[in-house]
Amino acid sequence: MGDFFSQFATLFENYDVLGAFWVNIQLTFWAALLALVIGTVLALMRISPIPSLAWVGTAYVTIFRNTPLTIIMVFMTLGVWGQLKFELSQDFASNFFRLAVVALAVYHAAFVCEAIRSGVNTVPLGQAEAARAIGLSFLPAARIVILPQAFRGAVAPLGNTLIALIKNSTVAAAAGVATETSTLMKNMIEFNSSLIYAIFLTFAIGYVILVIPVGVATTALSRRLAVRR
Amino acid sequence: MSARRSVLFDAPGPVARRRIAIGNVVAAILVAALVVLLLMRLDAEGQLDADKWAPIFTADAWTNYLLPGLVDTLRAAALAIVGALVLGILLGIGRVAHAWWLRAICTVVVEFFRAVPVLLMMIFFWLLMAQQNVPDAPFWAVVLALVLYNGSVVAELVRSGVHGLPSGQREAALAVGLTRGQSLRSVEVPQALVAMLPALVSQLVVVLKDSALGYIITYTELLQESRRLGSANVNILQALTVAAVIFIVVNYTLTKIAELLARTLSSRTAGSTTTFAAGLENTAGGGSTLQADLPAGDPDVTDHPHEHGAGPRLG
Repeated sequence: MGDFFSQFATLFENYDVLGAFWVNIQLTFWAALLALVIGTVLALMRISPIPSLAWVGTAYVTIFRNTPLTIIMVFMTLGVWGQLKFELSQDFASNFFRLAVVALAVYHAAFVCEAIRSGVNTVPLGQAEAARAIGLSFLPAARIVILPQAFRGAVAPLGNTLIALIKNSTVAAAAGVATETSTLMKNMIEFNSSLIYAIFLTFAIGYVILVIPVGVATTALSRRLAVRR
Repeated sequence: MSARRSVLFDAPGPVARRRIAIGNVVAAILVAALVVLLLMRLDAEGQLDADKWAPIFTADAWTNYLLPGLVDTLRAAALAIVGALVLGILLGIGRVAHAWWLRAICTVVVEFFRAVPVLLMMIFFWLLMAQQNVPDAPFWAVVLALVLYNGSVVAELVRSGVHGLPSGQREAALAVGLTRGQSLRSVEVPQALVAMLPALVSQLVVVLKDSALGYIITYTELLQESRRLGSANVNILQALTVAAVIFIVVNYTLTKIAELLARTLSSRTAGSTTTFAAGLENTAGGGSTLQADLPAGDPDVTDHPHEHGAGPRLG
């Protein structure tokens, strides 16, 4: 037993487990920012009264929600970088990192768009009619009455998307980001096969620790912000 | 598109209609210009050449690469969804059981498998089975990882389905003399299963998408095969595009079937049929844990946010 623990401890000296999780957190952070921007633009397009914009937004969501993230990742490295020679950085490693961030963002933007749109859809029509009835024009009605309620309704689905993004950041392995958790776990197991259960549990519990606080926080937030109807 | 009127915009008058028409044309031109620019860029790289696309539309490409890949993808996904259904119903009943220790165990199991990335599980099972010399290790690793993750999601579907039933269902069952277990088994869970059928079909989309993760552990699914096709003919971009189109067509069809089921099944259960479970929608292929059951969000289905009840899942 003592042998097991000493082996397990040397693992942490030889492999940078925390560093790998830090890579995934960074992937998640940048992809979340980018996805929020793209997703908001898409949501605005989809709820706008202009049919061609709405059509483009719908097409984007349909395409990217139904494509596996792994294909987008492989497409980014083998297609966009390998074939089209499109680079996001001169440095090899940070080029792959950025391509992975773009792939994650492009994929999750479709879900951010749907989260925001579902937030808008939680606002009953009566709210808009009441705003109009007391004399608010379009912008004040949107700013004071509708959008605040819509954002509250979007908190829970946005939280879900963020959690999915944290977990999906492991797929960056398919885009050649070699320092993130799933690749490191694979390497560690391959070279220390007797410790396979301990290594897997370490990484699994790491994700439980990352994901559950986000879930608890967004649940608490969406409950606190919920509009009583 | 949602049939109901948008909450943000009034019905347009003559001036607004004219502005919308102008904006529509301008936006359409802008989008078309973007697409043309993209195509020109691709053409400049020689990606639109006939010799890049022609190899895809040969019998060889389909019989040797794409169809076997699709079959392997569907095989893993089909087995995974059946396994997930069995595991999910068992765990789901455990999560609404009367015995507190059973509830606690099932809750921990469900939350664990929903929080761990599917890819980590796949790599773990793959290497474990390779160690034990299990034949066909990548296939079983894909299936097992998908069963565990999606089984937990199905358990949540069952749980929220049972909680979504009107309390009169249980009260009536108890009133005619059934025990709580009998009420669960013969009154509540069956109705919850009907209510969750559309969500289950939607979950199949997630399973199909996640099966592409098998690419990373050398499983010969559609993505892997299309990559091999692409390397054989030096047209990786085109081969991947075709694989993506196949996935999109299959998944889009499944989504439409789920929506149809949600509409037709609503008379068969006292619960609400939606294409997602409360708080489980929008799983982005990765799923999530511990989220709120609050306003769900499909624009076309009226949901009852507070009927799905239940607080944070670890409580």
